Amino acid sequence: MTTEAIPNLSAFSEAALNQAFAALEQQARAAAAALATPEAVEAFRLDWLGRKQGRLNEVSSRWLKSAPPEAKKALGQRFNALKTVVESLLDAASGAGPTDAALAAEAIDITLPGSHRLTGAEHPITKTLNEIVRVFAALGYSVGVGPEVETDYYNFECMNFPPGHPARDTQDTLVVSNQERRPQRDRLLLRTHTSPVQMRTMEQQPPPVRIVIPGKVHRNDAQDATHSPIFHQVEGLCVDRNITFSDLKGTLDHAMKALFGSSVKTRFFPSFFPFTEPSADVQISCIFCGGKGCRKCKHSGWIELLGCGMVDPAVFAFAQEKQPAYDPKKISGFAFGMGVERIAMMKYGISEIGQFYAGDMRFLGQFA
Amino acid sequence: MKILTKWLRAYLPELPVDDAQLAEDLTLRGIAVEGIFSLGEGDGSLFEMDITTNRVDAMNHYGIAREAAAVYGVPLLPLSAELPKHAPSAKDFSVRIEAEDACGRFTARVLRGITVTDSRDWFPGAEVDTYFRLLEQKKISSAVDATNFVWLAMGQPTHAFDLDKIEGGILVRRARKGEKLKTLDGIERTLDPEDLVVADHVKPLALAGVMGGWDTMITPATKNVLVEAAWFEPMAVRRTARRHGLHTDASHRFERGADFNAAPVASALVSRILLAAGGSIEGGLVDVRVPALEARTAARKPIALALSEVQRILGTTVDADGITAATVEGVLKALGCELVVQHEAGSEGKRVWNTPSWRLDIERDIDLIEEVARVYGYNRFANTLPAFGGGVTALPSAQAESAVRDTLRAAGFHEAIASTFCSAADAALTAAQPGLVVPLGNPLSEEAGVLRPSLIPGMLAMVAGNLHRDLSDVRLFELGTVFSGATEKSGSTEKVDERPALAFAAAGLLPEQSPLHPARAIEFHDLKGVVEQVLALFQTRTIYFDRFPPEAGLTPAWLHPYRSARIVAEGTTVGWFGQLHPREASARKLKDAVLLGELYLDRLYKLPLRKPAARELSRFQPVRRDFSLILDQSIPWETIDAALAALNLPEIVDWRVREVFRDAKLGARDYSLLLGVTFQAADRTLRDEELQSYHAQVVAAVNQAGARLRS
Repeated sequence: MTTEAIPNLSAFSEAALNQAFAALEQQARAAAAALATPEAVEAFRLDWLGRKQGRLNEVSSRWLKSAPPEAKKALGQRFNALKTVVESLLDAASGAGPTDAALAAEAIDITLPGSHRLTGAEHPITKTLNEIVRVFAALGYSVGVGPEVETDYYNFECMNFPPGHPARDTQDTLVVSNQERRPQRDRLLLRTHTSPVQMRTMEQQPPPVRIVIPGKVHRNDAQDATHSPIFHQVEGLCVDRNITFSDLKGTLDHAMKALFGSSVKTRFFPSFFPFTEPSADVQISCIFCGGKGCRKCKHSGWIELLGCGMVDPAVFAFAQEKQPAYDPKKISGFAFGMGVERIAMMKYGISEIGQFYAGDMRFLGQFA
Repeated sequence: MKILTKWLRAYLPELPVDDAQLAEDLTLRGIAVEGIFSLGEGDGSLFEMDITTNRVDAMNHYGIAREAAAVYGVPLLPLSAELPKHAPSAKDFSVRIEAEDACGRFTARVLRGITVTDSRDWFPGAEVDTYFRLLEQKKISSAVDATNFVWLAMGQPTHAFDLDKIEGGILVRRARKGEKLKTLDGIERTLDPEDLVVADHVKPLALAGVMGGWDTMITPATKNVLVEAAWFEPMAVRRTARRHGLHTDASHRFERGADFNAAPVASALVSRILLAAGGSIEGGLVDVRVPALEARTAARKPIALALSEVQRILGTTVDADGITAATVEGVLKALGCELVVQHEAGSEGKRVWNTPSWRLDIERDIDLIEEVARVYGYNRFANTLPAFGGGVTALPSAQAESAVRDTLRAAGFHEAIASTFCSAADAALTAAQPGLVVPLGNPLSEEAGVLRPSLIPGMLAMVAGNLHRDLSDVRLFELGTVFSGATEKSGSTEKVDERPALAFAAAGLLPEQSPLHPARAIEFHDLKGVVEQVLALFQTRTIYFDRFPPEAGLTPAWLHPYRSARIVAEGTTVGWFGQLHPREASARKLKDAVLLGELYLDRLYKLPLRKPAARELSRFQPVRRDFSLILDQSIPWETIDAALAALNLPEIVDWRVREVFRDAKLGARDYSLLLGVTFQAADRTLRDEELQSYHAQVVAAVNQAGARLRS
């Protein structure tokens, strides 16, 4: 940029000052009007406001210093006015920003994929387990847990599987070694279901009880597409005065609707569990075909989902050893249990139960 | 179990529904039909059934016909058990029950001059040929087929002995020590004194209720037979069957409780079939009973049931009438219960019922209530919700657990769940306290022989699984339980301690992936950052990381001794992490560096979660100054960090390492570190003199710590 040098000022009259400052202002306006690029704006700034060689700096050092004292005030006022003008010109010029051409030079390829800050996935079992627990929490159920290594007493005996009972055969049990010499009730094993926590809960607190118990359980089962020696259950227990079979039905019907959608229907079948009576298996209308029948529900329109029943008085009798308030003549209750893997497999279309425990990044990444 | 509807209909001439409806109605009443297969015109269907273990009475054709009769209220024909007239015998066959605790009833009938031949449809009610063909049941001989037919018909095991091989009479007793018996499967068994046997006066003939003996087996040459139909005590049969590893139809039934009153009927039916091909009966049915066991079964005490109790347990029905006295009576009578007393004296409206001999599962009033609900139909009960006034509590560690899980996920780690078991070798490698590992008595495999004492074995297996599948970028964590045992003097585990733990592992590249930035391999400090983030969830005053020389024996054997750290919070070791020891990596054929660690969550969960608290934000300008330091290799960052902390200047609001680098121009022992320090006051803009003073204090402090300022 070519700029004229600042001339020396020979006269300090009002008119002379006005003329000199008007000339400078005109120069500044002319220069500002021609600014096209950020570089030019920066050059304008340096030219006028630069600390060392800026024109205003020069005006200040050459005019102000040489001015007689009586003119200093008038000159100072005009100087400040000019500075304000230059600054506002600069603001206006930089506010307009760079030109389209300048922006075009900064073009990027927006079709390149976005950078992913990968978030870890919640395990589908954790996710399903939490969903189930939340549904029951909303119905007033507290959450409880219990040990994975249990005694024979809690896993079987107090759940009304007496020693030698054939129902024990259906739960192939993994046992801790070297227990043969201990009394049967104290022998350690890996719990085959979350039901022992029912008793542990009742021993800790008198009725009313509403508890939901998520947990890992183990059986000595060979692994195949739908069986695994490791799996998870959610157990529930509700005990109070006047708890009825129709309350059990209503609670589970509500829970299934909350989990699978309000159009889901439930159906109850007689079943057998040593620790409940009457016992039931619950089916829900197929969530894939709405009950019309499809491959997933083996064309029945129904999917079996959980086991439940009214707490057997024999179980209450065991609880009474520590909490006499569990008198089966005065209180009643229901319990239910569901396999988490089965529900997760159904919800997410998983065909191999083993995938839950393999830690395969590809499998887990699908749930992020 | 396979059931023929043609056979059912023979017992139910008035059955009003087709096979499909029958299957549905039975299933809804707990007699589950899993599959229906049409057998063609006139042959009805084959039902594949799944009967729950408590309903052993319904695991046969007559039992299911009985259920259907109750469901539809139609008559059930009696089992055909009329025998031809026969001459009385001078002397009854000798039968004695010595083991009165284990055998409740033993019936014996002698048939002479029979012919063992092929089975056919002998008479109405004994269509052996037709039913066996439809069931695809192999025919063996008329004698064996007769007992099998009766088994399929009514679920009562019977046995036919070659009478001529029996010496003296029958004695039901415990085996004698060392006694031998060759059973029908051809195996010579040495008997245990606990085994229950059917013997003659010389030798054991059969394992009672489990399997017959080889030597008294019916052969084509057999002319004279003894037909046995008995009732054996469940536990006695179960123990014998288990001891010999035998599970037979007979043992299955006796273990679960047979019908005490079925023996004479079954005996008559077997006999009638055997006699259909010729022969005659000798003498009457010898029927020995043990009153104590009869009192526990066929003659057990009646049960009192109040309608109010039925209603208290079952609740509301869809039907406005609900469960009435008439409903209860109708159901129970249809199932074979007999009303013995209309009202028990002194009991409010309780009726007293005798229960059928075939339903040993019915013992208490709740069992009768279940029968009422079952036959009435579960789905005719209303859906009601109980009122509740209690509080709801979460687990104490629930919040911390979910915070830990969220932190790991936000850091790009996927949650995994590994096996609860590991090999003894992996346990020895990773157990915090060796020797307290809990072995399983019946492990799934040797690799799964013990309860995991650490989450590391499972984590390593999962990492290896990914890397071996060429998935090179791995980031996994697991929240799970680890186990250690406390041992009794005898050496058996007395108690198992369970603690929550967290394991995490990473290999490959950092999670941020973009085509525009170079990828970087994940390294120790990336994992350290995750550990620090997890620790930051908890309220702590002191956290530090340290490591020990290998000879100290403190570093876990799975970690690289110079690229690992112990994690200490509030003076307690809360975990270890670092690079997998190259020895372990090569043993697992892992070429890439694997970083992993374990946190003892039980110790962290004892600390309260950090509660965020807001403080006043300074309105004044912060000033950042960088210091380029040269340090001897032996001086770690920690020393500089501590020196700056010791200044205790409130105006130094932040300091951090901006860069660490090595420069050839520096000596081999030196390295360079760029330190960034931010100064800011809460109440004023810092003046130049103040800044200069702080600057000088920083320089003095780092000099004191052994660092030189780069000129």
